[in-house]
Parts: sequence; structure tokens; C-alpha cells
Amino acid sequence: MDELIEKLKKEVITQLNLEDISVDDINPDAPLFGEGLGLDSIDALELIVLLEKNYGIKIEDPKDGKKIFYSIRTMAEFITEHQKKA
Amino acid sequence: MDKLITAYTYFGEGKVVVNKRLIFYQEKISTFADFIRSLYKQEQVAYPKFYKMDSLSKLGFISAELLLKNENIGRFKPGSLAIVLANSSSSLDTDLVHQESIRNRSAYFPSPSVFVYTLANIVIGEICIKHGIKGENAFLISEKFNPGQLHEYVSDLLDNNQAEACICGWVELLGNTFKAVMVMVEKDNSGSPSKPEFTPLPFTETAFNYLIKEN
Repeated sequence: MDELIEKLKKEVITQLNLEDISVDDINPDAPLFGEGLGLDSIDALELIVLLEKNYGIKIEDPKDGKKIFYSIRTMAEFITEHQKKA
Repeated sequence: MDKLITAYTYFGEGKVVVNKRLIFYQEKISTFADFIRSLYKQEQVAYPKFYKMDSLSKLGFISAELLLKNENIGRFKPGSLAIVLANSSSSLDTDLVHQESIRNRSAYFPSPSVFVYTLANIVIGEICIKHGIKGENAFLISEKFNPGQLHEYVSDLLDNNQAEACICGWVELLGNTFKAVMVMVEKDNSGSPSKPEFTPLPFTETAFNYLIKEN
């Protein structure tokens, strides 16, 4: 899980062009939206693309996004759970 | 009514000039991205959304940042500062990036954050968001720099009291080739801070041509 969290941090920084933020700046449990990294609605769409492109996971119900993209850790947990099912 | 250019910025040939003062120069530009990132850091703009913008927006945004750095735009009535920009390539630079992302049906991953910049007037939106500008705005596309068209459009806004002042200019970029000149046009010079090296110019086509060629 820790390895996936670190990988996800790097991918989020790249995908969202967070040039002033380093991996160490991201608390895996901090909310990604609102506070924390202060992401916006376009970033949310980019995270959906990231999951599909890098992990082959399609989010069928947009309502699930709020839970999945709460933090880096919830993203990692969702990916792990999805990979177990596959 | 005589209108004046009270401030300007110029980007071209590796130079960035603000009110006749050279503030940045790179003899050899490897990429526009490197050029604009270096300038952003030098000027300590500190606006994280900058990194998410496309190249055209970065060029227009930084140009406006430098133009407005020492201007108090609060002196204009709300909604009375207009923005009129123009270029020849529209948003083609980003359109091509988007096209590349949808070209291959087996790896079809269009980026939402790229797609939102496939309109040239988003540049104006970025400037308006940062500075709270709510006046008239337009982004014109013409084959070549057309100072007559800009002069006519902006004069009409000011003469008909649609605006007290206007940020106006040419913001052109395609790949690593770019040129921009941005000016502040005002009905009079009463509120504009004085600049040590630049005396306001009458707002004419000739002045526009001078600023884009002579820097």
C-alpha cells in the first residue's frame, strides 16, 4: 500500500501539473479537494482519466468519486480493492 | 477625445520589456515552457494555477501581471476596465495537443484540463479571475497583427463610455514561437502612476506599431 501511495502522489503531481508541490508535501490522509491541495472540478476529471489510463479502472457512477478521491489513501485503497477483484 | 497608452509590456526575441525597461532576457530560448517558467519565478508571481494554464494563457497572464504590477486598477469603476486581445493562431497550440490525445482510438484519453484551453478567449478569463476584472472583453483573430482593428474596437468602447480603460494587445503563440504586446489604454492620464522611463503615448495605430517593432 505504501508503495502505491508514493506512486500515486507522483502521478497526481504530474497529471495535475502541481509543479510547486513535492511528494513529501502531500499528506496521504489529507483531503484532496477544498483544503489540502486545493484541487478544482477540472482536476477531479483529470483524476478520473488518471485511474482509467494508468490502472484501467473506469468509474461508472460519478457519485462514487467523492469517496474515492477524498485523499491519496482512499484512491490507493480503491485501486487495491479493484485489482483484487479483477 | 485623446486616449493614451499609459503602460505596456512587450515579449519577443527573448526579451521582456515593461514600460521601456528590459526586465528579462534569454539569448537562446530552448522552449517557451522554460522561458516563461524562469520569468514566473523571477517575478515571484506565486499563483499555483499558473502551472495548469496552457502556453497561450501563460503568455497573456504573465504579460498582464507585469502590466498591472504597479497599477491600481481599483481606481476604475467596477466593470469599466475592458480587455481586448488578438492573435493569429487562436488556440491552435493547445488544439494540436488535444487532437493528439484523441487521434488514437485505442489510447483515447483526452485531457479535460487541456480541452478547457481550446478557446483563445480563455486567456482573458484567466486575467479577469486573477484581477477581478468584469468589464467588456473580446478576443479577435486576424491573419496578421492589425493595429487598425484593435484601435477602432478599443476607441469605440472608450468613446461610447462602455469602458474607462482597456487592456489591449496582441498575444500570439504557436509552439516555441511567440510575440506579445499588451497596453493599458486610458481616456486620460490622471490616475496612472508615473513611470520613470516611459512617457504615455497617444493611442494610435502608429504607437501600436512602434511598440511591437521597436522594442
